[in-house]
Amino acid sequence: MYAQMIKSEATQDDPEKLAAFQARIDAGDKIEPKDWMPAGYRKTLIRQIGQHAHSEIVGQLPEGNWITRAPTLERKAILLAKVQDEAGHGLYLYCAAETLGVSRDELTEMLLDGRMKYSSIFAYPTLTWADMGAVGWLVDGAAIMNQVPLQRTSYGPYARSMVRICKEESFHQRQGFDIMMKMANGTNTQKRMAQDALNRFWYPSLMMFGPSDKESVHSEQSMAWKIKMNSNDELRQKFVDQTVPQAEYLGLTIPDETLAWNEEKGEYDFAEPDWSEFFDVLKGNGPCSVERIEARQKAWDDGAWVREARLAHAAKKQAAKVAAE
Amino acid sequence: MSVPGLIRMGDNTLVLGQRVSEWCGHAPALEEDIALANTALDLIGQTQLWLGLAAEREGKGRTADTLAYHRDAWDFRNLLLVEQPNQDFGVTMMRQFLFDSWHLEALTTLAEHDDTEISAIAQKSVKEVTYHRERSSDTVIALGEGTEESHARMQAALDRLWPYVGEMFSTDGDDLTDMAALRPAFDTYLETVLTEATLVRPHSDFAHMGGKTGARHTEHLGHMLATMQVLPRSYPDATW
Amino acid sequence: MKQEWPLWEVFIRGQHGLSHRHVGSLHATDATHAIQNARDVYTRRKEGVSIWVVPAADITASSPDDKGSLYDPADDKVYRHPTFFDIPDDVGAM
Repeated sequence: MYAQMIKSEATQDDPEKLAAFQARIDAGDKIEPKDWMPAGYRKTLIRQIGQHAHSEIVGQLPEGNWITRAPTLERKAILLAKVQDEAGHGLYLYCAAETLGVSRDELTEMLLDGRMKYSSIFAYPTLTWADMGAVGWLVDGAAIMNQVPLQRTSYGPYARSMVRICKEESFHQRQGFDIMMKMANGTNTQKRMAQDALNRFWYPSLMMFGPSDKESVHSEQSMAWKIKMNSNDELRQKFVDQTVPQAEYLGLTIPDETLAWNEEKGEYDFAEPDWSEFFDVLKGNGPCSVERIEARQKAWDDGAWVREARLAHAAKKQAAKVAAE
Repeated sequence: MSVPGLIRMGDNTLVLGQRVSEWCGHAPALEEDIALANTALDLIGQTQLWLGLAAEREGKGRTADTLAYHRDAWDFRNLLLVEQPNQDFGVTMMRQFLFDSWHLEALTTLAEHDDTEISAIAQKSVKEVTYHRERSSDTVIALGEGTEESHARMQAALDRLWPYVGEMFSTDGDDLTDMAALRPAFDTYLETVLTEATLVRPHSDFAHMGGKTGARHTEHLGHMLATMQVLPRSYPDATW
Repeated sequence: MKQEWPLWEVFIRGQHGLSHRHVGSLHATDATHAIQNARDVYTRRKEGVSIWVVPAADITASSPDDKGSLYDPADDKVYRHPTFFDIPDDVGAM
């Protein structure tokens, strides 16, 4: 998902306080910035919200890659609005993380020097216009699956930003599917593009949910804290069950020969993605991992003089105001 | 016939909208990234209106999209200013400020146009461009006055773009209004902002011409269109 | 550590005359910049007709430890809620 492989921190706090804290969460209370919270809860959340925010910002790049080449004025406007929304979502999430005592600049630096990660999916390239469809349909589809339950997460600012994000994101998946429909019903070349996009994005989309976490202690802790709402496998299954009929509707073939409806379980059986590829991507060996961080680094470096100058100007204005009073 | 004048308006917003959209995901701060995208979105929306009306009045079965995607550089009628590359944030914002300052005067005049379809587009656009000018002016002031480095960059941006200012006020019968008449108001506003920004207006009145007449664009436009038009040109039988 | 643009809290009043409501935060260098950023960030879908921005550092918040003393006393003042009173149906809408 946008937050993958988040290691939850062990906590060494006063057991009485811990129990009271857990009781609040179990009762459905929201934890707010000034409330007492276990150090591990805080650290885990910073990591998770930070990674989520980074994913939104790095996620601007693969789709931003096609804004200047969108094939109609309307498609250009829609795509631009969508990528702009992602910047907005990153902004809301950074602000939520900031309530935990970390600054946006610190988070940015941790992304750039590799201490923090972003979702593996954005290390993949967008090669044809059909990829704009596939990203919206599959990637946003997978993201929504994780984000809708996160609206009920225990940390107030995170939950509130997820509410806003989900509200805004409702059009994203639809616009992707709309592009896929156009492509799948278009010329032979367009159909080929659509199938090719599905071929390339299917397994990376399944990887978004992260490896199976059945045995993971970290997941258990995060689920008890209600900062992780569902298991990775549960969400992945839901995603496959939802997506297969949509692919059939489009007349596209999911690149998995083992894919079959399991009558007994009432769900699809499907092939696992290649997890060694996933771990390579997380290590920074994704097809576009280097380009993505280079692009963020360049924006950060090139923008430094602007950020400084705006501050300097505001300080001068303030000084002039004080002098005049 | 108003078609050539409508195309000029639409080509300006199209070319600048395309340029500004190149920033998406690369701006100096998230807030600026989002703001630039809003400007680009407004400009693309205005393009659909201007070119849409031009295509309709032309009556040859073309649409805003065919005008945008199926003309080559020599048929574009935008100002040379808007096809200038983004370069750094300073050049981008200076270009925006110079254009907005002209654009708002032009639209304010066109909002009173006798042709109600033209005045309707202008009235809608005035609201958007009023904000564009506010934001770009404040940015030019902040960066002009900010630090030594930002001041130097903004002055260099102004000097670099100044030869493209004159064309905005050259005028002929194809224009929807007398563009030369907008210059005094532009100059007054420019002076106020530049003074606050501690920037110096260049002395030379030299102006490059040829964008709005199509006589001679800069080399930049062709590259921009090659990118922008690649899909409809490569797959002419496809719909998107 | 370089200085960062300060954090602002954004409040927006929607079209239906309700009070300004907290919608989120952003970074900006001064009030004018904050208003502009708020317009660009938080009204992309015509969410509002009026914006307030407040430096986050200037907000005084109640302490969570006082929750009991601040809010619990209202618990037994149920008569402040209209449903506390039974009005006979024959009286009509009230």
